[in-house]
Amino acid sequence: MRKLLGISLIVLLSACASQTTQPEVDDLTAGAGTGSEGSDLMGSGSGRPGYFSQLQDPNSILSQRSVYYDYDSYSVKSEYRELVLSHARFLRDNSSASVILQGNTDDRGSREYNLALGQRRADSVRNMMTLAGARDEQIESVSLGEEKPRALGHSESAWSQNRRTDILYRGE
Amino acid sequence: MFCENLILMSIHRLKPIYRALILLLCLISAPVFAQLNIEIFGGGASRIPIAIVPFADENKLQQSITPVISADLQRTGLFKLVDPAGLSPHAPVEVVYSDWANRGANALVIGRVVPISGDQVEIQFRLMDVAKKSQLTGLAITVPTAQLRMAAHRIADVIYEALTGDVGVFSTRIAYVLKRGNKYALQVADADGYNAQSIIEYTEPIISPAWSPDGSQLAYVSFENKKPIVYVQKLATRERRAVASFKGSNSAPAWSPDGKKLAVVLTGQGGSQIFLVNADGSGLQRLSRSSGIDTEPNFSPDGRYILFTSDRGGSPQIYRMPVTNTETSNAERLTFEGSYNVSPDYSQDGKGFTFIHRNNGQFNVAVQEIGSRQVQILTNSKFDESPSFAPNGKMILYATEINGHGILSAVSRDGQTRQHLSVQTGDIREPAWGPLPTWK
Repeated sequence: MRKLLGISLIVLLSACASQTTQPEVDDLTAGAGTGSEGSDLMGSGSGRPGYFSQLQDPNSILSQRSVYYDYDSYSVKSEYRELVLSHARFLRDNSSASVILQGNTDDRGSREYNLALGQRRADSVRNMMTLAGARDEQIESVSLGEEKPRALGHSESAWSQNRRTDILYRGE
Repeated sequence: MFCENLILMSIHRLKPIYRALILLLCLISAPVFAQLNIEIFGGGASRIPIAIVPFADENKLQQSITPVISADLQRTGLFKLVDPAGLSPHAPVEVVYSDWANRGANALVIGRVVPISGDQVEIQFRLMDVAKKSQLTGLAITVPTAQLRMAAHRIADVIYEALTGDVGVFSTRIAYVLKRGNKYALQVADADGYNAQSIIEYTEPIISPAWSPDGSQLAYVSFENKKPIVYVQKLATRERRAVASFKGSNSAPAWSPDGKKLAVVLTGQGGSQIFLVNADGSGLQRLSRSSGIDTEPNFSPDGRYILFTSDRGGSPQIYRMPVTNTETSNAERLTFEGSYNVSPDYSQDGKGFTFIHRNNGQFNVAVQEIGSRQVQILTNSKFDESPSFAPNGKMILYATEINGHGILSAVSRDGQTRQHLSVQTGDIREPAWGPLPTWK
């Protein structure tokens, strides 16, 4: 029986693999502000608009893509204001550009409640961007809750890196 | 429940359904990651002493029956196993009741295994009352040898029901998420952790599995597309559909008791709010309206209410709202102790619920009676999450952490007995206890 099950397992495993295989994206160790985690979703390569060079210029504030928060807070701190406003102006001036904002939390407490808290963080960035001239259609704010930590462990230094919103440009 | 006379209940009339179930179980088999390890702690004060004699000829099977029955009963904390060493009756005429009374056994389980044909066997068992010197109940089950554990769980259910008066849940299943490295697997296993099978595997997180009321489908949240989307998947065919994939985040699926609708949490209309959607993804309807977070919906067994977590009062607390055709901003706050009460799950009688209560930085499993508002904290660990009632309301399955590893734990409703289910490598989390089998 065990052998028989083993065989059916292999068959199903291969069936399952073809169904679920997807590009490996190493989000967990992604450096701050690379924005690379969205690239597989949004398609890349041919026909990318010229503005991406501007977004990726390491000397430009636009290359910075993460907003960090205090514990139990979702308001954008003053030190990240210019970063968010710069992206908002970029969206205003490049109407074909669009972003996905991913809110994140530390891992304390309920996963679903943390998902809602992460959404608040992403929404706070979205609101600031739309007030500064970006259009609603250019922005999707979502939450990854505690599911995609940048740093692991139960320490304040890990938690502080995980309380953040990431700005990802579609197509980048 | 108590049968004084010899009854060898035949389940032959159930066979087609049973066969369908077996087929279903075979179809969902997939990569088995690891066996769950089970440890048991504590135990009730007045446990029922029961002797279980190895069944005649069971050692000729690939899987012996009585060790599975013994483990099932022992895990509840309600039974004390009496060693049958030296005595081996297999039929009522062979039982010398005084021998068992002298060993302190109140109940005695005997039986035999009879080969039927090919890979079919009949398992006959009897539960004897030692004091009354008579049979309480009995059963003959014909099963393929591939399903011997399932047959043993059924027998354990019959014994449990005869001796406690409650429904047995040994033949139910559980779902959970196993994380290994950067791989996430949504798995289904027997209630004792055996026969673990992956329903789907991803390199992106999966959370919040929820069983359809008939046990044939799982709803869950997958992050495979860089945002949370709610899917429903059939266990038998693996067929999958997105039921909530709106702009923004989609999460926290909960089935209505009739299996026709799901409550989900969406953010597309601002904030995190609770909506109803048909199980095929059509007919979206808003249910809650607040300026705060409303999430983690859970239907009452009669379908009339939804428990949910909301921070509308300043801190996350558990509320109850009626399910109607119109959205409502009205809800009754149910929890008042402490500043963090989340993840409600109704008990099957609808009279109470389990939830996570934060106390001095610890997250613990608690239960509350709705009528009296009486709260009981059941655990003393640090990071408990996702409590889920067994379908008989006697145990609560939840996720916790030991030495930085995610494991599953089950605690009895009275807090007296706990069991741990862990894997050798990897973290298990997000458990959901499945419904009673449809043949039950």
